[in-house]
Amino acid sequence: MELYLYIALFAPLVGSLYASLFSRSPKSQHVGIVASGLLFTSFVSSAILLSYVMGGHTVHTEMMTWIAAGDLYIPFGFVVDQVSVVMMMVVTIVSTVVHVYSIGYMDHDKGFNRFFAWLSAFVFSMMVLVMSDNFAGLFIGWEGVGLCSWGLIGFWYHKESATWAANEAFIMNRIADLGMLIGIFLIYWNTGSLQYDVVFAEVGNLQIVVVTWIGIFLFIGAMGKSAQFPLHTWLADAMEGPTPVSALIHAATMVTAGVYLVVRANPIYDLIPNVGIFIASLGAFVALFAASMALVNRDMKRIIAYSTLSQLGYMFVAAGLGAYWVALFHLMAHAFFKALLFLGAGNVMHAMHDELDPFKMGGLRKVMKGTFIMMTLASVALAGIYPFAGFFSKDLILEVGFVEHHYVIYTVLLVTAGLTAFYSFRLVALIFHGEERYKLFGIHPHEAYKFMLVAMSPLLVLAMIAGAFKMTYFQLVMNLLPATQYHIHSQTTFWIMTIGTQLFVIAAILFAYKKYANSGVSVPDGTSKMENSFVYKLLWNQYYIPKIYDEVFSKPYAELSRIAWKQIDLKIVDATVDAIANGIYKTGENTRHIQNGNLSSMLRWMVVGLVVLMTLAVAFSVGYNVVGA
Amino acid sequence: MEITLTHYLVLSSILFAIGLIGVMRRKNLLMLFFATEILLNATNVAFAAISHYIGDLSGQMFAFFIIAVAASEVAIGLGLLIVWYKRTGKIDLDQMNSMRG
Amino acid sequence: MFEAIAFYLFAALTIVMFTITVMTSQALYAITAMAAGMIFISAFFFILGADFLGAIQIIVYTGAVMALYAFGMMFFDTTRDVVEKRTNPQIVFVLGVLAAIMVVAIFVAPVVSNNIQALYPIQENIGNSQAVGMVLFTKYLVPFELAAVMLLVAMIGGIVLAGKKMDKSLTLMNEEDILSMDDGFEPQEGGH
Repeated sequence: MELYLYIALFAPLVGSLYASLFSRSPKSQHVGIVASGLLFTSFVSSAILLSYVMGGHTVHTEMMTWIAAGDLYIPFGFVVDQVSVVMMMVVTIVSTVVHVYSIGYMDHDKGFNRFFAWLSAFVFSMMVLVMSDNFAGLFIGWEGVGLCSWGLIGFWYHKESATWAANEAFIMNRIADLGMLIGIFLIYWNTGSLQYDVVFAEVGNLQIVVVTWIGIFLFIGAMGKSAQFPLHTWLADAMEGPTPVSALIHAATMVTAGVYLVVRANPIYDLIPNVGIFIASLGAFVALFAASMALVNRDMKRIIAYSTLSQLGYMFVAAGLGAYWVALFHLMAHAFFKALLFLGAGNVMHAMHDELDPFKMGGLRKVMKGTFIMMTLASVALAGIYPFAGFFSKDLILEVGFVEHHYVIYTVLLVTAGLTAFYSFRLVALIFHGEERYKLFGIHPHEAYKFMLVAMSPLLVLAMIAGAFKMTYFQLVMNLLPATQYHIHSQTTFWIMTIGTQLFVIAAILFAYKKYANSGVSVPDGTSKMENSFVYKLLWNQYYIPKIYDEVFSKPYAELSRIAWKQIDLKIVDATVDAIANGIYKTGENTRHIQNGNLSSMLRWMVVGLVVLMTLAVAFSVGYNVVGA
Repeated sequence: MEITLTHYLVLSSILFAIGLIGVMRRKNLLMLFFATEILLNATNVAFAAISHYIGDLSGQMFAFFIIAVAASEVAIGLGLLIVWYKRTGKIDLDQMNSMRG
Repeated sequence: MFEAIAFYLFAALTIVMFTITVMTSQALYAITAMAAGMIFISAFFFILGADFLGAIQIIVYTGAVMALYAFGMMFFDTTRDVVEKRTNPQIVFVLGVLAAIMVVAIFVAPVVSNNIQALYPIQENIGNSQAVGMVLFTKYLVPFELAAVMLLVAMIGGIVLAGKKMDKSLTLMNEEDILSMDDGFEPQEGGH
């Protein structure tokens, strides 16, 4: 089984290295095919491992020693257990689909080969992240995905906005990673190890204060990677990257790493329910907060990004309330339908020549039938309509909130579910229904390549049927995670709640269709009454948070940097260095006449040197005796 | 009045200083050789004295080797001096500045 | 008491002789004073019981080295004064005195004198020459041989440097051949 583990882990790396060999040569189809093939190999190995793990075994292997210094021992160890195998399946399925899709999507791009090098490297980092058996390895993968994310967001580096967004994402993540590092240091300081099994066995004996701080710092790391408030701004800006990247990294895998961390560290969070409540509250807040911003946005990809943010909030609610398996389940289901949604959006973008404003589209269902069906079904899954995947996972989170008696969180999530349905179908309605507004802009849309649609179809199938695996999945992960079943005690309450939620969501969908699918929709020009209302402006400007960050952090920092440059660097540091250089130059200028070739004066200087050396010898021996005495 | 090791060492140092002054002062190359002989002899005195007062023959051994070195040095040095004199007709140190940087 | 008188006497004489060597402008005075100084130095060796060393000192310095210098002086134009520009004589003296003080300080420093231990103690019942011979041909055999090789090399080097045309007999050649065979044998200026 170790062989399959290594195949699953290193196949993406091989793909990445292969692609990077050709990174400077023009587009070569074989690069994409080889990278996708290796990804598929990795997926097959993961599937074999899944069946093995389902038989009740786990694989734990230590490839080599990484750091062994004193008491510190960190190996490159990998573990395939019930949690990591689920993550491996999600990562490999989505990335295989995205790789194949990218062959079509990046067809006309100059950086075709470079794209696959980055993308496969990302998958490798993600596999390291989920498979590592210690916090240090997790951190390596964590930084690796951060790096690849930076490279992929800024893939079109000639665009200033893309590089800006890449740097923003990178810097935001560094801030959070500092917190995570502190958490890891605290763990090592208090338990003497970074291995999961050792740490989790030891953590119960620690003072509760220490555990609380560990939990908080680890969660700060998770907040950065999963873009939770207040570190959320980078995710929406990260949509500057190519759409497959958004699908893979900023919807399905990397941003869920924070959730994975909390799930993985569940023995720690079980001890500190107060931090859990905080995580759940923050998650609920972000769910509503992000959904509200998605309501008015006019950028197709940003809407989906806010939706991702909102769904991550749901996952954190579940994880914070101790329902780790529910969080992981929603992570999985969400990965499928959100990746599908993004890939569909990519098709639309291609068809519309990179136009992102859904108000300029409309009526595309006639020309893009396949994409239309897929995106609609993905939206249905996202909205949580029975029997799609979203229903099983999202409703479960609502039930968790209800059963745990957190009624405020429950209410917030319920409202958010309605908003989710509304903005999802606002998007669908604006893109695929109504008048064909794109004709005004002289665009002739066309459907994407057939094989791209075929590549997307596994995701579609999974988005539809993933809910059916709920009990199998539960049997699997309850070996490792707290196996709490969340049942509402009264049968009547359960039915009222479920049907009520469904009706609420369907109502929201119908409202969205009514408002945006008719022929009266036109491109907003900033004159309508709604657009001038305070709430609209607030949401449109993302609660002015980017502006506040700009004013509070960026501008003072830039000013500080300017001062450091003009005052400190130029006037102190540079001046010192120049003074040293000038001093040496002047000394050389003044002493060059010593070198006059006259033996007599050379002899005299030799004696001077002798005297100096002997003086030093005497001084040191005197000093030695004084100290010695 | 007891003559101690220190007396000899002071004498040796005085002779050494005289030699150094000669090295720095002389412009005549031949005289410079005289000064170096004085330096070597000053150390010989110190070696012999230390050998006597410590009761160890090693000091005398070093003095022997120094004498051997001095003899070789004179032979080679004078040979070089003769060649130089043949070539330039001068043995003035101040005029040997072909190594001017 | 006798030892003290001898030490101070010879110390004074040595210092005076060497000072003359360094200070005089006459090369002949200098070489004579130095030969005398060398002999006075050997007196210290005899006082210190290093008889063999004293004998060697007289033989090598006053015999061999001084003879070489005398030969060298005959070669050069010693009557002609080398003009010695004395630039900053006080610096020369200050440096010399400083160096002397430092050497004394190093020698008398307790850290040096306390650390010296006798590796080859002088045995009382045998003579100095015998003791020297025993040490020289056992412990210091290799340096001794090296010194012998060095002296040989110096000898050959001196011959090669000073006497290039030794295969020609100057007495059997006529005047024109002698003048035409060498470009630099005669001094370019001065000389006789």
